Amino acid sequence: MTTAAPLTTTPVSKTEGKKLSAAATAKKKLTSPWASLAAVVIAVLWTIPTFGLLISSFRPEDAIKRTGWWTFFTNPLVTFQNYEAVLDPNEAGANLPASFLNSLVMTIPSVLIPLCLASLAAYAFAWMNFPGKNVLFIAIFALQIVPLQVTLLPLLQLFVSWDIDGTFWTVWLSHSTFALPLAIYLLHNFIKEVPSSLIEAARIDGAGHVSIFFRVLLPLLTPALAAFGIFQFLWVWNDLLVSLTFAGSPAISPLTVQLSNLSGTRGTAWYLLSAGAFISILVPVTVFLLLQRYFVRGLLAGSVKG
Amino acid sequence: MFVQRGSSRSRIALAGALSAGLVLSLSACADDKEPSGGTAPASSLAPIDCAPYTAFGDLKGKEVSIYTGIVTPEDTPQKESYKPFEQCTGITIKYEGDKSFETQVLIRAEAGNPPDLAYVPQPGLLQRLVATGKAVEAPTEVAANVDKDFGADWKAYGTVDGKFYAAPLGANVKSLVWYSPKEFKDNGYQIPQTLGELKTLSDKIAATGKKPWCAGIASGEATGWPLTDWMEDFFLRLNGPEAYDKWIKHEIPFNGPEATKALDGVGEYLKNDKYVNGGLGDVKSIAGTEFKDAGLPILDGDCSLHRQASFYAANFDKSTKVAEDGDVYAFYLPGETADSKPVLGGGEFVLAFADRPEVKAFQTYLSSSTWANNKAKVSSGWVSANKQLDVANLVNPIDALSAKILQDPKATFRFDASDLMPAAVGSNAFWKQGTSWITGQDTKTTLTNIENAWPK
Repeated sequence: MTTAAPLTTTPVSKTEGKKLSAAATAKKKLTSPWASLAAVVIAVLWTIPTFGLLISSFRPEDAIKRTGWWTFFTNPLVTFQNYEAVLDPNEAGANLPASFLNSLVMTIPSVLIPLCLASLAAYAFAWMNFPGKNVLFIAIFALQIVPLQVTLLPLLQLFVSWDIDGTFWTVWLSHSTFALPLAIYLLHNFIKEVPSSLIEAARIDGAGHVSIFFRVLLPLLTPALAAFGIFQFLWVWNDLLVSLTFAGSPAISPLTVQLSNLSGTRGTAWYLLSAGAFISILVPVTVFLLLQRYFVRGLLAGSVKG
Repeated sequence: MFVQRGSSRSRIALAGALSAGLVLSLSACADDKEPSGGTAPASSLAPIDCAPYTAFGDLKGKEVSIYTGIVTPEDTPQKESYKPFEQCTGITIKYEGDKSFETQVLIRAEAGNPPDLAYVPQPGLLQRLVATGKAVEAPTEVAANVDKDFGADWKAYGTVDGKFYAAPLGANVKSLVWYSPKEFKDNGYQIPQTLGELKTLSDKIAATGKKPWCAGIASGEATGWPLTDWMEDFFLRLNGPEAYDKWIKHEIPFNGPEATKALDGVGEYLKNDKYVNGGLGDVKSIAGTEFKDAGLPILDGDCSLHRQASFYAANFDKSTKVAEDGDVYAFYLPGETADSKPVLGGGEFVLAFADRPEVKAFQTYLSSSTWANNKAKVSSGWVSANKQLDVANLVNPIDALSAKILQDPKATFRFDASDLMPAAVGSNAFWKQGTSWITGQDTKTTLTNIENAWPK
């Protein structure tokens, strides 16, 4: 790992020259009106299902059950009953307003904990020397291949023996541990790319590890942190499996668990799902729109070398 | 330029999310208040006579947790029916409904944090839960209640290795055919009393150019299960309950002459182009039609008959009147003769994982006829196999019909076979091969494939 970094510097600059011309031609081709048209067509096709879902959520029960959403245009019936039903805990049997808060309480620490730990660990792996560093790094990297599902039962047994089952701690801890391997790997690659001269200059100025991390690296890390933050946020917000196992009880269950129960014992109330889904995607869509610039930039920076 | 546009857009998005979040959290606060002020009798059972509950003693401050797959809308009547017990004994019942109950309850039992009580919908799952070693046997009071008020077949489904664990809770009747009373009246059709008459009626309707039957077996991962019910109903009718029991235990092969007869019997209806698929398409459309939507063409007059369980009533919207003089109703899927009355059905069983006194007390309440009648008064789409259940207490006509069918002295009740067979068959091969059968595979190949899937 450590020796690979200086070797790649020369070939990268060579290919960059080629890439630039290739990129220029690609840019020329992609900005042609036909390409724009194709992009618009793809975007429209991609959006249609979500659009249909949005329309469905405003149609009356009988119409949803017996006709497709496109019949809305010939027979426009609009109702807010579905939204009223899912927001009223007495009617829907699912308490969406309370679980909306649960989702937030669950998600925010589950994003912050791995971000803090992973950025510190990544710094240590990239710029500190200690015995067994490479072995440890490979071990962490290898942990990514452990499927989350096999850990559910042992983790639950552990939580039961610690007497924290049925609390938010179970979800915070499990999501953090599941996120750490990838987070450390991504952030490590990003930190590794910071020119060593920068770190050395800081060291000559008398900075220790703490001030290097907080005053030199952290500002540079922002896009990578934001990218991983969004990634983790969307993952935790949309997660059903982990919360079902650890946080199934109504008092702490998140939106996803409540949504999965919304359709009723035998699925008879499935017409409520479109309305429930739109309430649930409010937050992820907002987060994505706010931070999408970081998302693309940060993912490219962290995962691709050079 | 770009940044400016982006930031104004993101500001709007942020404002939108914040206000939505605010509204949601405000309503969350409002909800929090309701239960605390809601100790006043919101129950339709009021006024409550505490006399039947004095025997349970004072359980103030005690808590019993329940875990079940029964969620909305059936959970509200469940909770309502506990209220008299809660108010008279001071106990608190913590109800947790979860559609993934069947997988999660096993995880919880194995991890060591099972609920106090679980409502188990399948005898097969019951056996697996008992095998974890965490379940406890039913108290003697519960066993006495079950001996008194339930048939021996029901007690047997709650018994594992000779020990009685779980008392029956609710039941459902699957041997029902939905129809439109108005159509029957206008055309002078009679409710068939034998399988032969059912066939004659189907032919009569088909002769008018209408396809009499509608069916649908699509149900996500479980696609095919409605067909297994069809076949089980016919197996029970054409071969009798003894052969049915042997078939479940694999004492006779899955692809023997009995099963062939049953599936071919179903084929006379479901693979008959003249009979299906009313308002939905041809024979193959059965495989692609959601089971929830399959009976709805009856309302449009495109279809006359639909075989589905009592719980199908919930699929009609609120404006539809489900009654003998309403828009839609059901009749008992007749037996071979008017005297034989095999009934296919299902139900839940109450399994305990704790033997604290309050858990035992609540378990006893649930197995009593007091509870069954309390539950009947607040439910719609619910019935129990409890013999002391007063049919007059059932609000919904379809429930009254189910209760009458279950309580009929001539009735022979049998549990849904696919719930009792090993999972590799009952919730895998049986469903999948059944679906292939609908889309064109012949009976012999279908049954042989299922037989081969039986765990050795």
